[in-house]
Amino acid sequence: MKDFDELVLPGELRYAKDHEWVSPTAPHRIGVSDFAQDQLGDITFAELPTVGKSLTVGEEFGSLESIKSVSSLYSPVSGKVVAVNSALEDDPGLVNREPYADGWLIEVELANPGELDNLMDGETYQAHVKANA
Amino acid sequence: MPADRLTPLHDRHLGLGATMASFAGYDMPLWYQSGAVREHLAVVTAAGLFDTSHMDVIIVSGAEAETFLNYAFTRDITSVRPNRCGYGAFLRDDGSCIDDGIVYPLGDGRYGIVLNAAMAEPVTAHLRTLPGAEAVGVTRPAVPLGKIDIQGPLAFDLVRGLFADKAMFSSFPYFAFTGDFQLDRSQVRLDDGTPAVLSRTGYTGELGFELFVPADQAGPVWDRLLESGKDRGVLPAGLAARDSLRTGAVLPLSHQDIGPWPFRNHPWMFALPMAGDGSFTKDFYGRAGLAGATDVPYTLPFAGFDQRRVEAAESVVLHDGRPVGKATTIVSDMAIGRVEGRIVSIASPGRPDGFKPRGLACGFVRCEREFLPGDRVVLKDARREIPVEIVRDIRPDRTARKALKVT
Repeated sequence: MKDFDELVLPGELRYAKDHEWVSPTAPHRIGVSDFAQDQLGDITFAELPTVGKSLTVGEEFGSLESIKSVSSLYSPVSGKVVAVNSALEDDPGLVNREPYADGWLIEVELANPGELDNLMDGETYQAHVKANA
Repeated sequence: MPADRLTPLHDRHLGLGATMASFAGYDMPLWYQSGAVREHLAVVTAAGLFDTSHMDVIIVSGAEAETFLNYAFTRDITSVRPNRCGYGAFLRDDGSCIDDGIVYPLGDGRYGIVLNAAMAEPVTAHLRTLPGAEAVGVTRPAVPLGKIDIQGPLAFDLVRGLFADKAMFSSFPYFAFTGDFQLDRSQVRLDDGTPAVLSRTGYTGELGFELFVPADQAGPVWDRLLESGKDRGVLPAGLAARDSLRTGAVLPLSHQDIGPWPFRNHPWMFALPMAGDGSFTKDFYGRAGLAGATDVPYTLPFAGFDQRRVEAAESVVLHDGRPVGKATTIVSDMAIGRVEGRIVSIASPGRPDGFKPRGLACGFVRCEREFLPGDRVVLKDARREIPVEIVRDIRPDRTARKALKVT
């Protein structure tokens, strides 16, 4: 397991307490944090929604299956799914290796950009992770 | 909650950056930095090293030890050949299973028994209640043991390098062993004089050994094995890979796939002393309970059609839409996939060129009725339903029984 000082938690992203991140500028991609992928272990399957699906904030939009468990994914924002990372079908391990780059999960069109203000920046999220460890 | 116990290799796990978790009262590695998938694949194609020092060993001894143990244990130990060990179970009066284990005849009326973690105490307490117990000794080895499992096609290469005496490998089949669990008595030594027990057993279905050395020597032996294998794809492997490998090999996890229900109607009937007609060939504790038990559930291996799983703890098994049982184990064996419906492993000789499977869900279901290989059932949890097939075997072309290449 990574030590706290090894976790990569980019400051510019916005994080939900359930460990999903969303990029605050377009394209608004959603993924899971380095902490989440490290906790889950090797991810073997990503179940993701189809393009066009509308999500409300906090709604379950899919699951990540790791060697250890099947974990629900919750949308950090409301919006419409405009893209899904199809590379994960062949290589779900991208979520482990590049959680903020090629391991992204879905891209959304924000329904309510104000929701971004309810999410944590990198520093606050890091404190959240530490407090809940 | 008492703090978890540490194995003699605990500092190695931390040094290797393992993700640790509590298992049977021990702080154990779930996986190392390479991750459980690579560890699982390494055992199928190269080798993996497992710290299994959490497992318990007891020694039953005395002039009546053979008679006593042959009644206490399901396996007929009088039929275990010299220098071999035998798998079986300890049952309660009602035929339910306390624990499974491997019995090692050591000579001089002494038997080593390798049990699951934290099971020495309950099994010893159980043995104390059986007829003849007053005439036998049930003890723990005087020298605390460290245990390392070396598993995978390269296991023999790694293990051979530890011993000066290579002649012993000229006849070392599956379930053979050498050495003595009273390590101070063991004639078997590593090339540096470390006393050892070496057993051609394991929990992965792949060619492999279980190596017992004094606990205070386990670290240096682990380091040596890792060093000698590091350029050949050998990895330290944690409990997650151990669980997925044993499941693919159709081996049970005690207290999960076997446990407090009658020990029959499962894939491990070879642990019982049975004649071809299904009658028992010896008496053993729990026999009457086992024979008389009614409505005994069926524990059956299954394989899915892709890597998707449901959560075993929440699972219901459906047949024709009706609940018929639950899953006891659900993992992904990442070394296998389906080719035209058939299960193929990355180690199968006939695999297609460039075969890169995504893994298959597999495990065991416990059902109120029997199903036959090829029958379909559905596993359901709150999230999804997945169709699976009852199978006879899961990961094909395993290497556990392969002849050693002694050159």
